[in-house]
Amino acid sequence: MRFVILAKRNFKEVWLDPLSIGLIIGLPVGLLLMFQPIGKLNPFFTTTNLAPGIAVYAFTMLTFSSGTILARDRESALLSRLLTAPLRANDFISAYSLPYIPVAIIQIAVVFGIGGLLGLEISGNAGLVFLVIFVMSIGYIGLGMILGSLLTSKQVPIVWTAVNLLTIFGGAWVPLEALGGVFESAMKALPFAHAIDAARDVMVHGVGFSDIATDFYWVLGYTLVFFALGIFLFRRRMVE
Amino acid sequence: MTESTKGNSFAIQTFGLSRKFGDLVAVNSIDLCIKEGELFSLLGPNGAGKTTAIKMLCCLLRPSSGTATIMGHDIQKDAIAVKKVIDISPQETAIAEHLNARENLSLIGGIHGLEKEEVKKRSEELLEMIGLTKRAKEQVRKYSGGMKRRLSIIMALVSDPQVLFLDEPTLGLDPQSRRSIWEHIAELKGKKTIVLTTHYLEEADALADRVAIIDEGKIVALGTPRELKDGISDMQVMVVKAKNLTIDAIEGLREIYPEVKEIEDGIEIKAEEFNFDEIVDYLRPRGVVIESTSRKQITLDDVFLHLTGKELRE
Repeated sequence: MRFVILAKRNFKEVWLDPLSIGLIIGLPVGLLLMFQPIGKLNPFFTTTNLAPGIAVYAFTMLTFSSGTILARDRESALLSRLLTAPLRANDFISAYSLPYIPVAIIQIAVVFGIGGLLGLEISGNAGLVFLVIFVMSIGYIGLGMILGSLLTSKQVPIVWTAVNLLTIFGGAWVPLEALGGVFESAMKALPFAHAIDAARDVMVHGVGFSDIATDFYWVLGYTLVFFALGIFLFRRRMVE
Repeated sequence: MTESTKGNSFAIQTFGLSRKFGDLVAVNSIDLCIKEGELFSLLGPNGAGKTTAIKMLCCLLRPSSGTATIMGHDIQKDAIAVKKVIDISPQETAIAEHLNARENLSLIGGIHGLEKEEVKKRSEELLEMIGLTKRAKEQVRKYSGGMKRRLSIIMALVSDPQVLFLDEPTLGLDPQSRRSIWEHIAELKGKKTIVLTTHYLEEADALADRVAIIDEGKIVALGTPRELKDGISDMQVMVVKAKNLTIDAIEGLREIYPEVKEIEDGIEIKAEEFNFDEIVDYLRPRGVVIESTSRKQITLDDVFLHLTGKELRE
């Protein structure tokens, strides 16, 4: 269980960086508060409709943090130093991914907690909403491992910006249908829109698992691919 | 260059250890035997292959061919066993910037499997040794470059490794910090097997029991600093302090004495024998004003220049 020591350090690294905290917690809260008055004018922007999108959007910050910390550790040779410790590949992969899971859970709790204060209602199964967006959060962590294994800490924010935009235009707080055509199809080829749609359908329309199964498996498939690729690239970095 | 392995207890042995990056041979078939408790220095210019060699010994790079053992464990077949007995201070300052010094030491001690109490005790001793006890609770990103470097080095000691790799530990430090780190390394001599890579010849000369001079991935000379210098003891170095030295004058002199090096305020000439009058008679008619001449002690830099035709700091 030595990986726990390294995992604790990575968890701390997130919370000791004011920028990380601002992005992880402050930004989704700010978005909820910002859109709440607009929701009174346009039903798309109600807290209930937007909360799943904002939660998924908040996970892009997990990609940013996990990617940046890994890239920075590689650049500073801290990772080289850590890799000379008698830990196995799985220990390192766990230490660089597991700490972000409680962060994701905290984000979900904050978005839905603050959302509740702003009038959020869940028509369907809350557990199902959690399951969909939680699986998506693991995908974003996997994306962070991919970026952190391949890029420098200065390049991570550039690629992260693309992930961020894809999430926004995947329906986080821009109606996907409004984009239409090729753009909508392109967004539907990625997992972000599916996660948001599925969670929204459960929350707003109260549908069950069978109605969102396709979206869910789409999200699960991408998450497995992101995570597997992240693990592959990280392992390749361990011994060059 | 191959070493005999008979009758000694070796901490590190390499067998034709090589690493290529595409067509570039970074480390070219190195055979070394490093005794337990020895402070062994790999001396060479930037890009000579020192760090690549160290990375292979620390299981961070796969050899292209050949292998090595650390305390009897093969670096390719038993990396975990190797990692249990080694630690490294990488060339770069490798610390967790948002943690404080104690937390950094706990992190390294912990992942090496040390008990909390043991880490704590060793951390306090090490922090005391480098004079950082009073600032041990501060996030290390607030430290000066020298302080970070010192912390980075003691992080390699907290696990109490049998074999310690110090990769350019004083690179980029001011002379005072460098001397302080030399003192700390000197304190470890004989207690651990230490492999020190450096391109500072004074460092290798002052600290190492034995030195391997490495150039373009190959070991070109191996021995104690004294042995290496004695190896060219038939050579002498004359320092000529002079004004109005021209490139033509220096080039002309090189036809008589091939090893002529430009230094501040003059030249250094290396040769088995000097004819002082010949040097003066050659330089004066070319407008060179000779201010003084003196003989200089042979250094490892001279050894390196003699063996490779290059200077260490090129």
